Amino acid sequence: MELIANVLIKNGLLFAFLIVGAVMWLSYYASHHLTRGRLHGSAVAIIVGLLLAYIGGHFTGGSKGLSDVPLFAGLGVMGGAMLRDFAIVSTAYGVDLGEIRRSGLVGVLSLALGIFLSFIVGAAVALMFGYSDAVSMTTLGAGAATYIVGPVTGSALGASSEVIALSVAAGLIKSVLVMVGTPFIAPLIGLNNPKAAMAYGGLMGTTSGVAGGLAATDKRLVPYGAMTATFYTGLGCLLGPSLIYFLIRGVMGG
Amino acid sequence: MIIYGVAVLAGCLLAGMVVGDALGALLNVESNVGGVGFAMLLLIVLTDRMRRSGHFPQHSAEGVLFWSAMYIPIVVAMASTQNVVSAVKGGPVALLAGVGATVVCWALVPVLARIGGAEAPLPPVDEAEEV
Repeated sequence: MELIANVLIKNGLLFAFLIVGAVMWLSYYASHHLTRGRLHGSAVAIIVGLLLAYIGGHFTGGSKGLSDVPLFAGLGVMGGAMLRDFAIVSTAYGVDLGEIRRSGLVGVLSLALGIFLSFIVGAAVALMFGYSDAVSMTTLGAGAATYIVGPVTGSALGASSEVIALSVAAGLIKSVLVMVGTPFIAPLIGLNNPKAAMAYGGLMGTTSGVAGGLAATDKRLVPYGAMTATFYTGLGCLLGPSLIYFLIRGVMGG
Repeated sequence: MIIYGVAVLAGCLLAGMVVGDALGALLNVESNVGGVGFAMLLLIVLTDRMRRSGHFPQHSAEGVLFWSAMYIPIVVAMASTQNVVSAVKGGPVALLAGVGATVVCWALVPVLARIGGAEAPLPPVDEAEEV
């Protein structure tokens, strides 16, 4: 038993391929037979992945889901930023550059709107719960943008660790909600063409959320959504502790 | 050879990351700004040129297409490594901020997508083909 476990731990990435393969097979089977294909197999697989992450996090107390269990550490390599970005970029192969150029303006607008609106909503929620200082409001707003913008903005402004932790949680909720919710909301918001996908990436911004959500909806939309989403976190980190903080401080009067 | 496609893909991503990190440093932010986006643009332009001049045959393309086909499994692996426990335990402030920001932005997708004229939906695909 220990011998087998040792082999699996030493070859973690291969074991991850095996696990994900099994999850995919099960998910597509469930999609066909339990939902009659109404819920896409990839959507089921991503939900199963998130459930596994919850179970892993619950038992290990770590922050990296199932990959905190040594036996499943390979999932961290397979689903880590390097291979994820590698796969995202590969989906752009064969994309028509003209399409991106035509939707460029929408992409830029969606980025600006997405960042500002997330900050406004997050800051308003903070205020509702009694966090009335500009630093805490901006930090929570940053968390509502993405779970990276939150702590970056919070530490730049000197927010309390409690508020920073809340901002990370808000960003994680957004990311999980986008992953799970996109296939359900897509028909209602017309998310079925490249231009809408570019707007979607810019409005949502969470790379993992958009990557997962569009994969579960229609893989052909991935490159368009990812293209704009990739600018979001950087712009958020740029605008959060500067322009948006000054605006919120101005409104709150110091 | 398949490795040529993989190499071009890796080169594009690395170049994009360098540009994104440099842009981040230039703007004084602790984050990569648009690295993946630049990498995608580079891949689109570069492979299009190479294909036209006959330097990117089907075998090379397969090196890129393999990773494109691995995209969903990689995303599933990514999902299984998310900090879902923290998201669930965040309490009402985090929940409301996260859900609120998502819902407000969802509502704006159709508005933005209509700027400059609505686009026709992509044709449906057979699931068996896609997988």
